[in-house]
Parts: sequence; structure tokens; C-alpha cells
Amino acid sequence: MSAASPTHALLLATLLFAVGMLGVLARRNLLLMLMSIEIMLNAAALAFIAAGARWHAAQGQVMFLMILSLAAAEAAVGLAIILRLHSAGRPTLDADTGNRLKG
Amino acid sequence: MSDLPFILFSLVAAVAAIMVVTRAVAVHALLYLVVVLLSLAGVFFALGAPFAAMLEVIIYAGAVMVLFVFVVMMLNLGRSDRDRERHWMAPAVWIGPALLSGLLLIALCTTLRTIPPTAASDTMAPIGPQSVGLLLYGPYVLSVELASFLLLAGLVSAFHIGRNIRGTGTGEP
Amino acid sequence: MDALLLPLIVACPLLAAGVLFLSAGRMPPLPSCVIGAGSVGLSALMAVVLAIGFLQTPPPTGALHATLWSWMQVEGFSARIAFMLDPLSLVMMLVVTGVGFLILLYACGYMHDDPDIARFFGCMTLFVAAMLVLVFSSDLLSLYIGWEGVGICSYLLIGFWHTDTANVTAARKAFIVTRIGDAAMLCGLLLLATRAGTLDVASVLQTVTTRPADLQAAIAAFLLLGGAVAKSAQVPLQTWLPDAMAGPTPVSALIHAATMVTAGVYLIARLHPLFASIPVAMTAVALIGLITLLLAAGSALVQTDIKRILAYSTMSQIGYMFLALGTGAWQAAIFHLVTHAFFKALLFMAAGAIILRVHHRQDIYQMGGLAHAMPGVFAAFLAGSAALAGLPLLTAGFYSKEMILQGAWHADPMLWAGALLGAFATAIYIFRCVFIVFFGPRHTEPHGRTGAIMAIPLVCLAVLALTGGWMEMPDAIAPVHLLSNLLSPLFGAPMPEGPHWLLWAGSLVPLAGIGVAWMLWQPRTGTRTPPENALARLARAGWDFDTLYDVLIVRPFTTLGQLNQTDICDRLSDATAATARAGGRVFGRMQSGQVRRYAGWIAAGTVVALCLGVRP
Repeated sequence: MSAASPTHALLLATLLFAVGMLGVLARRNLLLMLMSIEIMLNAAALAFIAAGARWHAAQGQVMFLMILSLAAAEAAVGLAIILRLHSAGRPTLDADTGNRLKG
Repeated sequence: MSDLPFILFSLVAAVAAIMVVTRAVAVHALLYLVVVLLSLAGVFFALGAPFAAMLEVIIYAGAVMVLFVFVVMMLNLGRSDRDRERHWMAPAVWIGPALLSGLLLIALCTTLRTIPPTAASDTMAPIGPQSVGLLLYGPYVLSVELASFLLLAGLVSAFHIGRNIRGTGTGEP
Repeated sequence: MDALLLPLIVACPLLAAGVLFLSAGRMPPLPSCVIGAGSVGLSALMAVVLAIGFLQTPPPTGALHATLWSWMQVEGFSARIAFMLDPLSLVMMLVVTGVGFLILLYACGYMHDDPDIARFFGCMTLFVAAMLVLVFSSDLLSLYIGWEGVGICSYLLIGFWHTDTANVTAARKAFIVTRIGDAAMLCGLLLLATRAGTLDVASVLQTVTTRPADLQAAIAAFLLLGGAVAKSAQVPLQTWLPDAMAGPTPVSALIHAATMVTAGVYLIARLHPLFASIPVAMTAVALIGLITLLLAAGSALVQTDIKRILAYSTMSQIGYMFLALGTGAWQAAIFHLVTHAFFKALLFMAAGAIILRVHHRQDIYQMGGLAHAMPGVFAAFLAGSAALAGLPLLTAGFYSKEMILQGAWHADPMLWAGALLGAFATAIYIFRCVFIVFFGPRHTEPHGRTGAIMAIPLVCLAVLALTGGWMEMPDAIAPVHLLSNLLSPLFGAPMPEGPHWLLWAGSLVPLAGIGVAWMLWQPRTGTRTPPENALARLARAGWDFDTLYDVLIVRPFTTLGQLNQTDICDRLSDATAATARAGGRVFGRMQSGQVRRYAGWIAAGTVVALCLGVRP
């Protein structure tokens, strides 16, 4: 069995996902949380690519494209929100003060 | 020896990902994230998906990361921000998330172990852009449309949210 | 064509009710009147057309059928919404639409300045529709729909002036007491359904004739009798009717005199083979009728409220109908139902006209001497009273009551004697009312005039109350048997007539009653104060059935309820509520608004789900 087998790719995806989740849960900075989410999305994309390789199907890459566009849209909106927060007097980008958004 | 790139890229990606979530300076984390993405592109290539690898480099490591860089620049982060990040990353903060992530990792790995051994993939030819494109504009044309909708929605909402920001001011009209 | 008219007659008032209710009380009085009375008038017109067609060319099977749709169809049971027009429902249809139209016309005048007139006419037309469903149904289940429909309309209309607590209490009492009967009736219907596999009237009655009467049939008959007794205000479920007079007078005329309260009579007549096959049930029906007619007549003798006098009189007259049913004189019961609808509606409407003009006073001792002030109303009330008393030859009530007395004589002379005593009391109490209200010194000065729109129905019904009896006469007077001939396909040939002296007795007793009333309450020397001895007080309170039920049923029930207020069932639901509240408080803590907490919970849920999923 080759080391480049889909199973190993899935292992890597799992690891990346766990690390990304760790970042989302542990970091308080919204920018860093967004980056961690990017890692998690990439882990999912890797899982799709691996599945495509496992069955030798192009659908895996099709789904990768979907995830790509999702990540692009998410980054655009998320970053816009961060800019907005920053300019609205929350330069610390502290996620834990998000519950004080109202008003 | 064809496995070497895969193993290499995998290790780099894993280490760089860990670096991303542990950096106190946003720009450092961002650069490590670029490393993660680039090495993932290598992994994709090794898995026989050159089209995905190229897109990963061009769009992710290129466009999306440039967006991040711009934002980080606009945020005008300094020494005080780094110190605050350090303060926020006290060891006690990591216990709960690490426990959860570890559990998730264990659960997923246990699942992966139950997967039957797969056929050797390296004997297969890579899947080129042509077959992906045929699929995309054949049976999956609807999802392409949906993706375009999603991007348009992202564009519109990003524009709407950022509408009233003027320079580095308060943002209030 | 004819079969199509049948649902149309029902649909007309139903549609009017829908329009009136949907207007949500914003419809002005005039359109409300036009829609309310007009729709029932249209129904009456169609009913007449249908009746003429039916009488000229009777259908070969003896009945017109119109099946609207199949309601439910399961193994061993089927129910349809089906209408049928046979001689019995023909008679009832004419009474309901004809008298109903006259009363609604009268109500246009009576209620014209009421702000809620649209609601009033909505309820009234809905009632007419429900009553027609009850009358037309060839399936007992759809009959039950009509039965409940008239019940709810009665409830709504008794409590029509709902700002007064007493009215609402009366409405609730009527609803609950009739509900007891309705529950019994539903049980009876279900029993019949298990026997016949359907509730189609013809099939049910066929089962009765093919299978010998057993205990089950007897129980079903008694349960149905319970429903009929409650609806028709007979002993022991009669207590609601006097209180039901809290509603507007047209309601009392239409629902609590002419039509709804006779639904019990109609039900028993409709299912008469079932009752005829069980002698015990027949005896019970006759005894209930006799007891009610005597008790109610006794109560009516001492009432002071003019509408309560008429209410007790209604109970008493329906008692006559039950007596007739119990003695197998079906034609007599239906005949009396028809004439009673005429003269009692007339009496109520005349009473309403009086009440309107004496400033809404209802106490007869506060009236007096009204004969000169309102001669027209006096004539109408006199005609109704004469018919109720059964003045010989001249009035409808005489012929129908005579027929009942004949039937009672054939069954048991004791029943006859009781009924004759009742007739005597009837003449006394109604002419007591006449003498006190219309003669003697005037206590209240009447005002205004009775408008034409109220006078026309009074005239029509007065004519009917006097001449309506000529469709059926004893052979000794004239051999006219229109009603018996019409109904004979359903009920069989009427009984032979008894000896002539029965007729003489039946003619002289009302006259004697009027004479006694004249002696006691004549304008010059008669008493002008209500009697105040213990017996009179007891009778005025309706023989204290209310107190009896209060002590026997209501108070133990409420005491039990209070004792049982925090029982185990209550605790269970309380505990559920407390758990939910505590859980809400706990989970509410989770909603801290912190994004990372939320993400943590999502991750935890994912991990748990995964752990459960991958468990080997």
C-alpha cells in the first residue's frame, strides 16, 4: 500500500480539521478564528479530493470547487465584518464581546 | 519514492497548521496559513488532482490570502495587540478546546481504521481539468450556478457591510 | 328537480348565516333583516313548492332521497350525509320554514334597534339550517349534527345579551343539561350502529323488525329517550327551559316553543318502530309525558313572569306530545306538534309585543287592563290562549288535544284522566294570564305602537292557530283526515275513535277551566296578588328541581372537585411544567451570546455524535 493512499490523506484531513477546530475554540481574535475556519474548510476539501482519488472520480474536484467558492464568499463577508467592527470602535476584535453587539 | 512528496507536504501542512493557530502576531499566522495552503496544493497534486492543486494555489493562496493580508494591513496591528494575544493565550484556555479536538481526532481516526484497505491509487492516472470541466458543465451545471449565486451574495453583503467605512475613522456616517 | 330542492332549502339559511357571521357585526340592521328573514322566506317558498310537488305526485317509494356525500366508509360501518323527504319530514319542514319565516319577520321589528342584530340573525338562520338538517336527515349521524347544531344555536341565543351574567348562566345551564341528554343519545346511536352496522334510518328500523327486541335494543331506546327528554325539556331534565327565557322573545318563540324543543318528539316519531317494539319504553315515554304535563301545568298556574308561564306551558304541551307518543298515537303527537308550533309561537310573539310596549316588564301583576290599549295584540293573544286551552270547535288546539286524549283513553283510562286534568289546568293558567294582563286596573301605561312588520306574523299565526286544526277532525264532527292520511304510510292507520262522551268531556273541561279562571281572577272581585302559600312557592320554583339537583349533583360534584384539586394527575402535569421551566433555565444559560461557546457546543455535539456513530 502506497503512503499516498487516500486513507492517509484522510488522516491528514482529520488532523487539519482538529487543529482548525482547536483554533476556532481557543483563539479570541476574530481574525485568527477566521483563519482557523479556513483550515477546517481546507481539511474538508482535502477529504473530498481524497475520496475522488479513491474512486478515481472527478466529482471530488467538483466538490472542491464548491468549497472554494464557499470559502471565498465566507472570507469576503467575514473580513468585511471584521473591518466594520474594527472601525466601529472594537479594535481588539474580541469574539467574547460579541454578545454586546446589540444596541 | 513517489510517496516522498506526499509525506513531505503532509508534514509541512500539519506543522504549519499548528503554527497558524498558535501565533500571537496575525501576520505570522497568515504567512503560516499560506504555507499550509501551498503544501496542501502539493498534497492534491500527489493525490492525482492537478486541477485542484492549481486552483488552490491561484485562488486560495493567491486571491483569498491577499484579501487577508489587506485586512491585516488595514487593521494596523501593533505591539500592544501582540501582547494582548499572548495574554489571551494563557495555557489554561487551551485545555478545553484541546480536549474536544483530541476526542474528535480519536473518534475520526477510529473510524478511519475501520475503512477497508483501498486499491492502490498511484497506478491510476491523474484526473485532469478536462474531465472536471466536462462534469462541471454537464451534470453539475446547477451547482455551478449555485456557487455563482453564493459568490454574488458574498459580494453584495461584503459591499453592504463595508459601505460606510471611511478610512480608518469611526465608520459612522 | 325535487331532490335538488332539498339541499337548497337547507343551504339558503346556512348561506345567510355565513354572510351574517362574516360581516362581523358591521352589517346595518336593514340588510341583516333582509338577509335573515329573506333567506328563510326563500326556504319556505321552496318548501311549499316541494310540498305541492310531493303531494301531487308522491314518489313511488314514499320518500324523496338526496344523498349528498358519503361521510365515512369503514368495515362494518358506513355513514352518509343524506337527506330524505317523507311525510313526517314534510310536515316538519313546513313548520320549521313557515313558522320560522314568520318569527324572523317578527324579529325584524322586535330587534330593529339592537346593535348586535347581525349576530342575532346569523344565529337564527344557522338555527333554521341546523333544524332543517335534523329534520331532513335520513342518517342518524347527520341527524345528530343537526341536533347538536340546534343545541349550540340555542345556547348562543339564550345568552344573546351576554353582558348580563344571569343570561349567560341560563345559557350555560341549558347547554349543560341538554348535553347530558345528548351524551346519552350519542351512546344510544352508537349502540344502534353496532346492531345495524349503519345509522341509516331505514336500515336501523329494518334491524328492529327483523331481530327480536333484546336488552341491547331496549337500552338503546332508553338512551335515545334520554336525549329526547333533555332536548324537549321533560322531567327529569326539564329545568333548563324556564331559564332559557332569558333570550330575546323571538328566540323563545322559535327555538324554545315552536321547533327545537319538539326535536325530541320528532326523534321518537322518526324511530317509532324501535320504541313500539319495546313496551317498557313506551310506558316510560307516556309516564314522562304525563308527569311533565301535570307538573308544568301546576307550575304555570302560579308563575308571575309572562314568559315563564309560556315556558311552563310549552313543557306541559310537549308533555302531551310525549303522552301521545307513549300511547302509540303518533299522528296525534305530530298533529299537536304542528298546532302547538302555531299557537305557542303566536303566544310568545304577542307576549313579546306586550313586553316591548310596557317598558320591558314581564311581571303580569304589573300589567293589567291592556285590552283597550292594544286591541290587536289582545286579539292575537286571546286566539293563542284559546288554542292552547283547546276551546272546542273553534281552535286548532282542541282538535289535536282531542286526538291525544282519544289515544290516551285507548292505552289506559288513567292516562286519559291525567291528561284531562292537565287540560283543565291549562285552561285555568292561560286564562288567568289573560284576565290579569288584559283586564282590571292598569298598572303600567303602554307606549308606542306595534308596527306592521310585527303585526303581520301575529295575524298569520292567529289565523293558523284558529283554523290550523281543520285539517284533521274527529269523525263525529266532520270526516276530515288530511294529516292522518298523509302520515299513514309511515305510521299506519290511526286508532279508531272512542265513544262520543269522550269528545264531550274534552270539550267541556277547557270551558270549565276558563270558568274557574274567571271566578278567581275576574276583573272586579278577583285577586290581584300572587299566591304566597308554601305550595305556590314550591310550584313557582318549578317544584324545586333546581335545589334538588343542586344538593344531589352539583354540590357533591364541586366538593369532589375541590377535594381533588391537587390530585396525582395534577401533580404529574405540574411536575412536567416545573421540569420544563428548570430545563429552560439551565439551557438558557447556554445562550450566552458568546460565539466561541456556541462553536464549542457544536463541536461537543459533533464529537458525541461521532463517538456514538463509530461505536463498534
